[in-house]
Amino acid sequence: MSCHRENPAKIYVMVRADHLLNGRVRPLMFRTEDGPVCRIDRVTDEREAPALKAGGQGIRYTCLVEDRQIMLFHDDPYWFIEADTRV
Amino acid sequence: MGRVILHCDANSYYASVECLYTPEIRNKPVAVAGNAEARHGIILTKNPLAKSFGVKTGEAIWQAREKCPGLVCVPPDFPLYVRFSGKMRRIYEQYSNRVESFGLDESWIDLSNPGVTIGDGARVAEEIRRRVRTELGITVSVGVADNKIFAKLGSDMKKPDAVTVLEPECYEERVWGLPVGDLLYVGPSTRRKLAQLGITTIGQLARCDAAVLQNKLGKNGITLKAYAGGQDRAPVMPLDHRACVKSVGNSTTPPHDLNTLDDARCIYYLLAESVAARLREGGFRARCVTISARSADLVTNSRQTTLDRATNLTDELAQTAISLFDDRFARGFPYRSVGLSCSMLSPDDAPIQLDFMGDETRRIHMEQLERSIDGLRRRYGHQIVQRGVVLSDSGYAAINPVEDHTIHPVPFFAG
Repeated sequence: MSCHRENPAKIYVMVRADHLLNGRVRPLMFRTEDGPVCRIDRVTDEREAPALKAGGQGIRYTCLVEDRQIMLFHDDPYWFIEADTRV
Repeated sequence: MGRVILHCDANSYYASVECLYTPEIRNKPVAVAGNAEARHGIILTKNPLAKSFGVKTGEAIWQAREKCPGLVCVPPDFPLYVRFSGKMRRIYEQYSNRVESFGLDESWIDLSNPGVTIGDGARVAEEIRRRVRTELGITVSVGVADNKIFAKLGSDMKKPDAVTVLEPECYEERVWGLPVGDLLYVGPSTRRKLAQLGITTIGQLARCDAAVLQNKLGKNGITLKAYAGGQDRAPVMPLDHRACVKSVGNSTTPPHDLNTLDDARCIYYLLAESVAARLREGGFRARCVTISARSADLVTNSRQTTLDRATNLTDELAQTAISLFDDRFARGFPYRSVGLSCSMLSPDDAPIQLDFMGDETRRIHMEQLERSIDGLRRRYGHQIVQRGVVLSDSGYAAINPVEDHTIHPVPFFAG
């Protein structure tokens, strides 16, 4: 898939999510290939947005993870976070 | 009640998408360019920084690098551009179901409805411009007018990330003084002919006598006069970039220039194979064959002919193309690239007039044979079966025209 581009500032993650009846997706937890599981306490915002630091674009979920704000992007079919938000 | 039409043009589209997906090149002069080793090394698009160095679309990479030594050239990623174009379209479709794509980076949106004014169009244009920037991370220029031609003209007037509104009252002041070449479908050839009539601006074209224009340009003269006067009535067709198929074509820049008729024969067989296969795949036969040839100094000419009967057979297309080439282009060697395109398409299950004098059984057998080859190539790759004529040049034999993929806007003139 051509929107998959490696980049030091872009960290691809695995995601567990609810796929709602209305077609929307609500991410519940994610982890990097070798990292710990990060549970998402709350999604405070969800919108289409560019990922200016990591490069790319998709649905941006503003997530609260242990009181830290993490921007989680879904550029279908990939999910990624930006490097300085690694947890 | 006048119409309200928007034309959205994504600025430096391919380069903008590349910069969005590759942040480390974002602040550098960037060009999306073909493969230099395969001699496709021309600039397809460039970002504003590269443009400020004088880098131009269509020039060779080495020419661009002379002007801009730090130029970052990246190969095109068409699947990504197609995908991203779909994201733009989904925003446009939230405002109207009449959205007509013109290539990957341009679209017309028809907002016309009772009570909708140009002022409303301008507000929607501003909203679309803002949304594309904040949601997608690239910019568009939007033109607003009561017809498609002037909406497109408007989107070219202010770039990047801007809205230009052209109301009928301001045509004389803002449009008519512009060079006639700014108008869609006034290319270098038409511009030259118009200059011979003393017409250099859009206003002069609009005011010119219709009979004089028809005499010089045929019926296109009347159409262009209407365009210049803001009288274009063409509807916005709800089409995406694939649109309805009007022609099937292929062109290629081979690894070395074409120097002889044998070279041309070899390449035209390659192109005809690919075009015929795509005609069969799409369920079409074609009656009109157009060939184009680009000389070493990058001037392109084309010629076309109409067949007595529609075909989707490689041999018939190749022979037609080669005889047209021999007739029209044989004195102009060398050529850098050539193309073959078929139009006047009809469904392949439409009844056809059989030819008393021809060998219809042979045509049926040829089509069966070619469909079998299509099947082999689908399963085992393009190079699994090749024609002897193609093997005469090892450089040409490696070309796979089916995968030489180019995305063009659909022709503006429906036909």
